[in-house]
Amino acid sequence: MSNPTNVLNISDEAGVKKITFMQKSIIDEVVIHQIGKEIVAVIDGAAQPKVLISFNGVDHLSSAALGVLITCHNRVRVKNGQLYLSDISKPIFEIFKITKLNKMFQIADTSESAMKNFK
Amino acid sequence: MRSEPYIQNKTLTDLRTDLQKVQEGVALALIQNGYTDFAQFAIRLCLEESIVNAFRHGNRSEPGKVVQFHCKIDHESAEFQIQDEGVGFDPAGVPDPTAAENLEIPSGRGLMLMRAYMSEVEHVAPGNMIRMKYKNGPDPAQ
Repeated sequence: MSNPTNVLNISDEAGVKKITFMQKSIIDEVVIHQIGKEIVAVIDGAAQPKVLISFNGVDHLSSAALGVLITCHNRVRVKNGQLYLSDISKPIFEIFKITKLNKMFQIADTSESAMKNFK
Repeated sequence: MRSEPYIQNKTLTDLRTDLQKVQEGVALALIQNGYTDFAQFAIRLCLEESIVNAFRHGNRSEPGKVVQFHCKIDHESAEFQIQDEGVGFDPAGVPDPTAAENLEIPSGRGLMLMRAYMSEVEHVAPGNMIRMKYKNGPDPAQ
């Protein structure tokens, strides 16, 4: 059974909030809800948020998880912040391509390359 | 040696626990019938989307309402039928989530993913039943 209190690792690297997932699969509704709540709190807690969401180790996500990411994107945009996604596996990137969200999100191959893009 | 078809007819009463059981049974059957990693990924995603839709949108999360699940998996194809107790919907009326004006709307992508990954998707009138089929074979070019 999923534990919704342990869903994310959040660290601060040079002013960028780096977020990684503690679950391999981001499909459970309760987990997705908690993920959304925690990422939104990070975004709302910064005047001009710089957020990197790494999918390292994630092998599955659902459309509900995409919804959370879109909400995060919209909130960051409203605050003139920056949001990058990175370390997306090939099967999951396919989901982004099908839904054309690869055109909306800023996506880097790795966390390291994403970090270089923050201004 | 080829496995016997995996056939399941279940009444799902709880989204979380029943979905997990369905996914576990299907995953094993797909492996036993030689489905690729890509196929397993695709089918898992589509089952997730369709069963969540049935409980959340079809049954509107009303307690006591159930979802009927049927599947048949053999080495040629994996077929699924999911029916909720809702009034149904018109799939043609679902906005295209990839349209520029809809791209930033957080919902409405499940149906599109099912259509993209499955070989066949059929909505049975009045729209409270979906049939999906995945034909086993080499992975599509990505």
